[in-house]
Amino acid sequence: MSIALFLEQILNGLQLGVTLFLMAAGLTLIFGVMGLINLAHGSLFMVGGFVCAAIAAATGSFWLGLAASLVAAAALGAIVEIVVIRRLYDRDHLDQVLATFALVLMFSEGVRFIFGSFPLYLDPPEMLAGPITLPGGLPYPAYRLAIILAGLLIAVGLGLLISRTRLGMQIRAGESDREMIAALGVDIRFLYTVVFALGAALAGFAGAMIGAIQSVQVGMGEPVLILAFVVIVIGGIGSIRGALVAALIVGIVDTMGRFLLPSLLANVMEASAARGVGSAIASMLIYLLMAVVLVFKPKGLFPANA
Amino acid sequence: MKKAVIALAAATALAAGAAQAFADPVKVGMITTLSGGGASLGIDVRDGFELALKQSGRDDIELIIEDDARKPDLAVQLSDKLIQSDKVDVMTGIIWSNLAMAVIPGAVAQDKIYLSPNAGPSALAGAGCNENYFNVAWQNDNLHEAMGAHASSAGYEKAFILAPNYPAGQDALTGFKRFFKGEIANELYTKLGQTDYAAEIAEIRASGADSVFFFLPGGMGIAFMKQYAGAGVDVPLLGPAFSFDQAILQAVGDAALGVKNTSQWSKDLDNETNKAFVESFQAEYDRLPSLYASQGFDTANLLISAMDAASISDKDAFRAALKAANFKSTRGDFKFGPNNHPIQDIYVREVIKEGDVFTNKLVGVALEDHADAYAADCKM
Repeated sequence: MSIALFLEQILNGLQLGVTLFLMAAGLTLIFGVMGLINLAHGSLFMVGGFVCAAIAAATGSFWLGLAASLVAAAALGAIVEIVVIRRLYDRDHLDQVLATFALVLMFSEGVRFIFGSFPLYLDPPEMLAGPITLPGGLPYPAYRLAIILAGLLIAVGLGLLISRTRLGMQIRAGESDREMIAALGVDIRFLYTVVFALGAALAGFAGAMIGAIQSVQVGMGEPVLILAFVVIVIGGIGSIRGALVAALIVGIVDTMGRFLLPSLLANVMEASAARGVGSAIASMLIYLLMAVVLVFKPKGLFPANA
Repeated sequence: MKKAVIALAAATALAAGAAQAFADPVKVGMITTLSGGGASLGIDVRDGFELALKQSGRDDIELIIEDDARKPDLAVQLSDKLIQSDKVDVMTGIIWSNLAMAVIPGAVAQDKIYLSPNAGPSALAGAGCNENYFNVAWQNDNLHEAMGAHASSAGYEKAFILAPNYPAGQDALTGFKRFFKGEIANELYTKLGQTDYAAEIAEIRASGADSVFFFLPGGMGIAFMKQYAGAGVDVPLLGPAFSFDQAILQAVGDAALGVKNTSQWSKDLDNETNKAFVESFQAEYDRLPSLYASQGFDTANLLISAMDAASISDKDAFRAALKAANFKSTRGDFKFGPNNHPIQDIYVREVIKEGDVFTNKLVGVALEDHADAYAADCKM
């Protein structure tokens, strides 16, 4: 195994982590501020992918599609919050899970009704299509680098938004005491709608970015949603910083596990058995990681209200 | 003379009518994947099947369609429902081998005829074969074996091979290795439903292989090919038709152009049945048929041919009529081997662009009259 391959796999893990962060950030924000478990987050990811593909096909520009997916997901998020989610804040988590699961089914069938069951075409923009050569002669897909960059920028932006702006202050206040902030004259209903729309926009953005290198099809959000839940549980539910750290850990552990486990196991058992066992363990690895983290830190790495 | 011909024609028509009048109606239960990631495959099978029923103009076939959403537990529930409350005679439709293994052994044990339009797991072709189970598509290994043979004859010597970790994925790599004479650079099993292949592509680049054989049906193949193109690896791709069906090609676009793949069917196969099928499928559904659609179409026509020859109430005669495979297949020649799996030619196709549409054209034959490797283990 060469150093270059190892570095490339680290980059791949980083990129997977960043995409998971985009999903997990919205999820953890919504949970932290409103105490809501939102299973429909994966549907917003899917809507982002489909809107981007449809607009890119109509106009020929990926960038317009990306912008449209942000707007569409945010708008849809706001509508869903006002029509459905608002009624769920005072209910227990089981009701929230049931209601948002119903939304998942409705969005999936709705998207199928509009776009059909066949996957849509969406490619990265021309300028990011091929590989570029990194210092040290390592070729790496330009689009994946762009994803890493965009994700890190959004992480920084979110951090600044929450720690430095008035909206962020209200969000933090809403997290710790929603009655008090309402008593101080902040329109808490409007704040919740804004936070939900922000989370939805992040999911839609992730769907559009990832859709270009995966398959834009009905149900594309669910596998990512499961990983995103693992991330926020490891990171500490409600913590943006925890989500970022946990997303990067999960991304790197998952990628390196897939890459290293089969060859490591080949040292102790027969090659074909090592491949089967290795890939089986690799797919369980992040869940094992979650279990271990929860044993030592039951509230996750960065508990939000510690 | 003319009179005699007319009389003869009338007599034949009467005889055919009489045969149909005696046949009992048949209730068909179709469990297939109509929602979720693998939906495009199930929809094609269903549409092909329904097209054949429509063209036959028969009213003695009742079709009940259920969606398994690619979930084995759901498929088992649906199968119980079809057998116990709907009391179907014949079952069909399953796309995925893990679902097939969950449903088919139980269904055939309850004396239902099962006609597989897609999944052909090795476990049901050898010692686990059954007189009630007919595979109208292929045994899972077949297309991969053909690609192994083609890769060797095309001069590739070091292949990197990968497939998802489920029964059909294991059958795929086994099949490829059975006919590939060169060296295997590396063999990888990915997670079923995996969407990111960066780690695997990095290993391909570092492996020094001269070809990549991959079996990734549905959305997995789309993701893999787009990411492969983006990574700029220039090792040629090879695969079975499942990674290059009509739906996948439109979503992948230029990245798939020129790739060779093996299939038992192609839309430009030169026979009358196939030409008529491709034309009528396009007219009916406004899209090109895929190999899955051709399999659904053939499955329905096989069933109809058996109903013309025997009644479903006489199971032995009905099975014999199915086994005779006396129908016009879109593949041209079609017959069943001793384990009720097809013996057929498998072709090499190349991905091309026709106008705005990506599709495949035939470029050669990989294996002629190919049977599967498990038939000898089958004792019926």
